Amino acid sequence: MKRETIINWILALGLLAVPFAALSFDEPFYITLATRVAILALAGVGLNIALGLGGMVSFGHAAFFGIGGYAAGILATHAFNQEPLMTWPLEIAGSNSMLVIWLVAIVMCAIVATVIGMITLRTSGVYFIMITLAFAQMIYYFAISWPSYGGEDGLSIYVRDGFPGLNTLDPMHFFMICYVVLMVCLLFSALLRDSRFGAALQVARQNEVRLASTGIAPFNIRLVAFVISASMTGLAGALFADLNRFVSPSMLSWQVSGEIMIFVILGGVGRLFGPLAGAALFIVMEFYLGGVTEHWQLFLGLILLCVVLFVRGGVVGILAGRQSHG
Amino acid sequence: MKKLIAASLMGLALSASGAALAEPVKVGMITTLSGGGSGLGVDVRDGFMLAAKMAGNKDLEVIVEDDARKPDLAVQIADKMIQKEKVDVLTGIIWSNLAMAVVPSAVGQGVFYLSPNAGPSMLAGKGCHENYFNVAWQNDNLHEAMGGHANGAGFKNTFILAPNYPAGKDALTGFKRFYEGNVAGELYTKLGQTDYAAEIAQIRASGADSVFFFLPGGMGIAFMKQYAQSGVDIPVMGPAFSFDQGILKAVGDAALGVKNSSQWSKDIDNPANKAFVEAFQAEYGRLPSLYASQGFDTANLILSAMKKADVKDADAFRAALKEADFDSVRGDFKFDSNQHPIQDIYVREVIKEGDVLTNKIIGVGLEDRSSAYVDDCKL
Amino acid sequence: MTLALFTEQLLNGVQFGVMLFLMAAGLTLVFGVMGLINLAHGSLYMIGAFLCATVAVATGSFWLGLVASLAGAAAAGAVMEIAVIRRLYDRDHLDQVLATFALILIFSEGTRWIFGSFPLYLDIPKALQGAVELPGGAEYPLYRLSIIVVGLLIAFGLYLLISRTRLGMRIRAGESDREMIGALGVDIRTLYTVVFALGAALAGLAGALVGAIQSVQVGMGEPVLILAFVVIVIGGIGSVKGALIGAILVGVVDTMGRILLPQFFALFMETSQATSVGSALASMAIYILMAVILAVKPQGLFAAST
Repeated sequence: MKRETIINWILALGLLAVPFAALSFDEPFYITLATRVAILALAGVGLNIALGLGGMVSFGHAAFFGIGGYAAGILATHAFNQEPLMTWPLEIAGSNSMLVIWLVAIVMCAIVATVIGMITLRTSGVYFIMITLAFAQMIYYFAISWPSYGGEDGLSIYVRDGFPGLNTLDPMHFFMICYVVLMVCLLFSALLRDSRFGAALQVARQNEVRLASTGIAPFNIRLVAFVISASMTGLAGALFADLNRFVSPSMLSWQVSGEIMIFVILGGVGRLFGPLAGAALFIVMEFYLGGVTEHWQLFLGLILLCVVLFVRGGVVGILAGRQSHG
Repeated sequence: MKKLIAASLMGLALSASGAALAEPVKVGMITTLSGGGSGLGVDVRDGFMLAAKMAGNKDLEVIVEDDARKPDLAVQIADKMIQKEKVDVLTGIIWSNLAMAVVPSAVGQGVFYLSPNAGPSMLAGKGCHENYFNVAWQNDNLHEAMGGHANGAGFKNTFILAPNYPAGKDALTGFKRFYEGNVAGELYTKLGQTDYAAEIAQIRASGADSVFFFLPGGMGIAFMKQYAQSGVDIPVMGPAFSFDQGILKAVGDAALGVKNSSQWSKDIDNPANKAFVEAFQAEYGRLPSLYASQGFDTANLILSAMKKADVKDADAFRAALKEADFDSVRGDFKFDSNQHPIQDIYVREVIKEGDVLTNKIIGVGLEDRSSAYVDDCKL
Repeated sequence: MTLALFTEQLLNGVQFGVMLFLMAAGLTLVFGVMGLINLAHGSLYMIGAFLCATVAVATGSFWLGLVASLAGAAAAGAVMEIAVIRRLYDRDHLDQVLATFALILIFSEGTRWIFGSFPLYLDIPKALQGAVELPGGAEYPLYRLSIIVVGLLIAFGLYLLISRTRLGMRIRAGESDREMIGALGVDIRTLYTVVFALGAALAGLAGALVGAIQSVQVGMGEPVLILAFVVIVIGGIGSVKGALIGAILVGVVDTMGRILLPQFFALFMETSQATSVGSALASMAIYILMAVILAVKPQGLFAAST
């Protein structure tokens, strides 16, 4: 078995083991922490499709994270207040069901990503980075000033949304939902990478002209990848809103975009389980250091700096060696 | 021999009864200790810890953590404090958006939350909860007082501005609730904006006779500095958030003469306040701000409740909190039915004492002010 | 709106733009010459402001504070370059983003640890206080006029530096072909350190000048950093002329947008709603501007390298 596959299995099983260990030691808080890692890892997995596979450095993925979150928040609020979302031209009611919310989050992100992608993918390099940031900022300032859904104060979700057959208020059940979603998306990501589409995407990243000469338009491939990537991050956003029972414009800020990128980079860009390793490392450090000193951000910065300077290829990169292709 | 047995029996009885009354209370403080707005969190924490130190009650245990002004981090820390550290009382949050993220689920889990600062209208009205107490004010209060003062001062054409976010909109709504004159202009600036040249030009062009603004933190510092340079001379007023000790130091003489509203000032004449100001200066080497006074009062409220009831008996502890039987640095302190304070809101003026800029009370803006949302609360 | 007010607002926009130019010029040089994305540029701005405030209060002279901020920011930049940035040139942009993001955390919390949590006091020098009367009757703060003058002087100075000096020649050559100038015998390492320190000094100067009329506090650099990135992208990376024009464009659009949009909406909406919608749109205005420009010219207005 390849080294990377072993690492992947360790990571997957490790994340699964934490909540069970937490239960047996009667420390339910760690279940919530593990859930947080799973959800943020999912956001990173989404970004990794665009960033790692497609070479599109999007500094605005927080926009999709936030749109997913707001989809969850708005639907849940309307369900809680028993008011329909709109009555004309269609009657759309709120919803408390996770499956509906996820569907809406994915669709909304796909629509917004298509629009943004059509404009931004005409640029490349650092221009692409900046213009994706610009769009995220636009949505961020819009959300702050939009009074109906709390503006900067955010939106509280008073009841956790329901999943058929499970008690989602139970931390363990909720963790399992997030974990399964993460694994399914990782599987999807792996299949995507190994498919013809994935091959075309990687060629688009490495040598655009070559791809075009085979008759495939790089722009179309990139756009599809961007949309898929956005939808996955949006799904993570919806789960995040449910976890915190709260959504606010801070989910749309450029700092969040930066943090999602950090998970991906820390874990290893383009590595399948990279975002999971990166998210786990970052969250654990943030949690542990925060409890030790009020100057935790300084130490977090120092550690991150050392990792990027001396640990090339991210955590998975160091552990698993060179990436094998094919 | 008999004396010895009697004495030891006495001792046992005393320690047993002592143990029954003295249940340790664990307090979790989530506040902003890093980043741009950390001055407020540091003040609240320092005020709280000073009160704890002065009381010397060994049963009070405080855990402090930094939320870096991030709502999801605050939620995570709250979860940790409730589930892992098993705190009895949560406190500390400065910002309304973080409060809205943490409070509803915390009080829903049976934990008491005492707010030393943020007072969003939702939690004072529709969203009120029996476990949620606000020891500072409701967000609108200080702005309402300024509106009242504007009438008294004879201002008829006020220009008002605030940032374009819920607290800003609430501020201007609160001001207009009491202000009876004409609004010369109403501007919403961008949150975090630092350059106000355009807005000041609008103020000059509007022909207003006074300016009311709510621009907390660095925004207010920038505005005051630029206003002082602009040549526009009309009087300025605002809530204490833009004129507390930390801000005054950074603004400098540009703030002299400005009227601001606050529920506390260092020259309030009562023994508790005098002791507080002296002790704070001795301990930390700086004058306290209203945030420090709020942290101080919160700690004393908890301590007073601890004397009356056991925190494990939630109903008794809640009743003890509601009684608010402690010496507040503001003077009289009582809660209304929505567990927000009923208090006098003073109007202060920025003056210079020797080398130091500080505030002096010049009048009362609103007496015994509760909150506009009290009737919406079902408590 | 009177003509006098309109002129005054336009001047305000230009002044805001010039301030952004100081930030953007350093950023675009560093990116153009070294191909490096430096998120920590905002931290250098903050360091400049903090040094100026500390020295000005300690010595009573703003001018000494200004010198301190220039020297200190340049020194901090040089140290940053030698210790960290140097290892990032041959890495891809992502590693640079992560490393400089980590630097932001270090500098922000480090500054708070050293200087405390409260904003610092910094006031403009006595000589530049007060307002002058403009043709048309409006009064305009003297200090803001000085900022415009300083900014334009710096722009001219940079132009001279880049087009007329040897250092400038090397900078231009470095932007076109990095390896070539190494092969031609130019000491790349020193060149890079100098360029980085120059960019840092510009940021520090901006921080000190602006800190005098705004708030000197931790985290003051990041919002300006984002705007500076917008500016260099609009202007074209590597082009100082682009940075100036882009900066003034951004400054004017932002300022006029803040004032005119609410008034525009008030024509057919009731006032408080108009103000709300107008302000919301105004805060998004410069990003919309950037998106439009990039849609038409994906490399910015004056792309330096072809």
